Amino acid sequence: MIRVMRVGLFVTCLVDLVRPRIGFAALELLEAAGCEVIVPPSQTCCGQPGWNSGDRPAARVLAEKVIAEFEAFDYVVAPSGSCAGMIKVHYPQLFGGEGAWLARAEALAARTHELTDFLLNVAPLERVPGRFAGTVAYHDSCAGLRELGVKHQPRALLARVQDLALREMKDSEVCCGFGGTFSIKFGEISAAMAQAKCERIRASGADAVVLGDLGCMLNIEGRLRRTGDEHTRVLHVAEVLAGEK
Amino acid sequence: MQLASVHFRQRASGALADAHLQRTLERFGSGFADKRAAARQAYGEGAFEELRDACAVIRDRALADLDAWLLRFEEEATRRGASVIWAEDAAEACARVLEICARHGLRKAIKSKSMLSEEASLNEALAAAGVQPVETDLGEYILQLAGEPPSHIIAPAIHKDLGQVAELFVKHHGRPKSDDIAQMTREAREMLRPHFLSADLGISGGNFLVAETGSVAIVTNEGNGRMVTTLPRVHIAITGIEKVIPTLEDLSTLNRILPRSATGQEIENYFSILTGPKRAGDADGPEHLYVVLVDNGRTRLVGSALQEMLRCIRCGACMNHCPVYQTVGGHSYGWVYPGPMGSVLTPVFQGLENALDLPQAATLCGACHVACPVKIPLPELLRSLREMQTQRGLRPWSERAAFRAWAFAAARPRLYALATQFAARALKWMGGRRGRIARLPLAGRGWTEGRDFPAPEGKTFRELYRGGQRHKT
Repeated sequence: MIRVMRVGLFVTCLVDLVRPRIGFAALELLEAAGCEVIVPPSQTCCGQPGWNSGDRPAARVLAEKVIAEFEAFDYVVAPSGSCAGMIKVHYPQLFGGEGAWLARAEALAARTHELTDFLLNVAPLERVPGRFAGTVAYHDSCAGLRELGVKHQPRALLARVQDLALREMKDSEVCCGFGGTFSIKFGEISAAMAQAKCERIRASGADAVVLGDLGCMLNIEGRLRRTGDEHTRVLHVAEVLAGEK
Repeated sequence: MQLASVHFRQRASGALADAHLQRTLERFGSGFADKRAAARQAYGEGAFEELRDACAVIRDRALADLDAWLLRFEEEATRRGASVIWAEDAAEACARVLEICARHGLRKAIKSKSMLSEEASLNEALAAAGVQPVETDLGEYILQLAGEPPSHIIAPAIHKDLGQVAELFVKHHGRPKSDDIAQMTREAREMLRPHFLSADLGISGGNFLVAETGSVAIVTNEGNGRMVTTLPRVHIAITGIEKVIPTLEDLSTLNRILPRSATGQEIENYFSILTGPKRAGDADGPEHLYVVLVDNGRTRLVGSALQEMLRCIRCGACMNHCPVYQTVGGHSYGWVYPGPMGSVLTPVFQGLENALDLPQAATLCGACHVACPVKIPLPELLRSLREMQTQRGLRPWSERAAFRAWAFAAARPRLYALATQFAARALKWMGGRRGRIARLPLAGRGWTEGRDFPAPEGKTFRELYRGGQRHKT
């Protein structure tokens, strides 16, 4: 008998706080792919804000916590390229030179995946449940794209969504200007970068921009609405793949 | 060049409000990046990645024994009749150049592009000593007329548009206004020609120093470099000590990637390998060749967490691919080197406390790292600088307190649950019926100055899950 994959769902702090429905969409998709999904109840944050702000001790405490919470599972999956990238790429850097913790960090890194990568390459989601009547443009979030090579995975899955038409926008790989605390520290520059992204989205003529990271999502949606665009939808790829109820 | 990096925020704000500059930046856009992408594709994407690996290895090999390769360079250059002069910092570099001017009675210097010269404010030092500096790279010439510093390391006047240049030319050349680029270029040539013929000193930079032959390699697109290095009786090449590479073979490999990464060209229009001064029987060349090798903070990088920065071959690809640079332009960075490479070099050369914003003014999107021909992990280096800032107490206390509080709570799941449940409800309430917040308090104001904040749904995922929910509602 084939053993069912036990997947630890790392919800991410932003999904937990702002958009729980994306977490449930990810959970549904993983179950639809035949996984047993466990959500460790004590999870909080991967530590990336501390890591990116030069506060290594703070990042470390949280990294140790995540490793302890998730290392028992076959895989760790996050609906975020940014948080998955933190675990996969940066945890080993964080524990560089420390034998025992480094080994645990590397073992976890090897089993950590961004959601669409996992659903395409590890536990293939044969039948995508979602249905979306409209045109969507995919924005490539930076960490997923450049740290994890997430590029064709979301597109391949979106192509299987009933009635959905995928359209490429210009500069889909250019940063939207979020950058974590950058968006607050340099709000003016960040908003100008978001504006450039919004113009590309509108020029694509898509009904919705779809992406894989909540930070970019809040940034782009916030700028679209501030500038009076009430109709372009901003959706997480998990929501589109899981379908709306 | 005057250091103004501490004013990054204000300068960037000014750049965003400058409609003229914004139009120019937009036109510049992804031009160089697109050309690089085309050159990479023509070369073969796999082969190009192998070339990047090879170039990073060459640079690391040189840096691992930097002292030895520099001494070899000195020995070989000296053997071929050049004089190698060492300068520890900018002031010493200027002093050594002025000594050479005094020794040979030099009065006029024609210059091809040199970023080290900008670092050392060499033009000001020359002028103060009565030696007239004349920039002959078209972009640098335009900026010398305008009295402005460069805003890009290979396209120094990229922030100026045709109309602005046309006005400058009218003002300084006293000829009828033209906005035909070919005509304007011809006009600049005609203005520069008497200087080329009357100068007794040529000052160039150096793209690479080849240790095995003691040669200085220079790449240019306008041909002015050839004139600068061959016409006057004295040639001074001034460059940073990190530019040394072991062999001509290495030069050949690196010069495959430099022009492709910079402008998308397969090879530059002019590629010179200068070895020694004019010999008996040579048709042209300077009587004296000096190579001024400047440290100016570079040895501080050796053996540090930032050593990889010394691989840099000054192609400009990182700024061409940087969305922040494209948004605020090069002058916002406030010193010689803008963009990602400048955000690492300026704090190192000028002091972390004099460039507080630069390591922070990046989204860490990684576009620079992917484009870098020698694979410098720029986002990691910026992160290292942020860590140094934190360790040295160079971040605001409010920011550090906020991180402490966040880390304290995030390590305590029950406290964290309470805090997030409260925050989710408070923010939902603030969002009202429209479901978005137009004005956040405290640090959040930075967000809502230019964007709404989409309000949370009201309950956290963890509390819903604990309550038994397993599906979207």
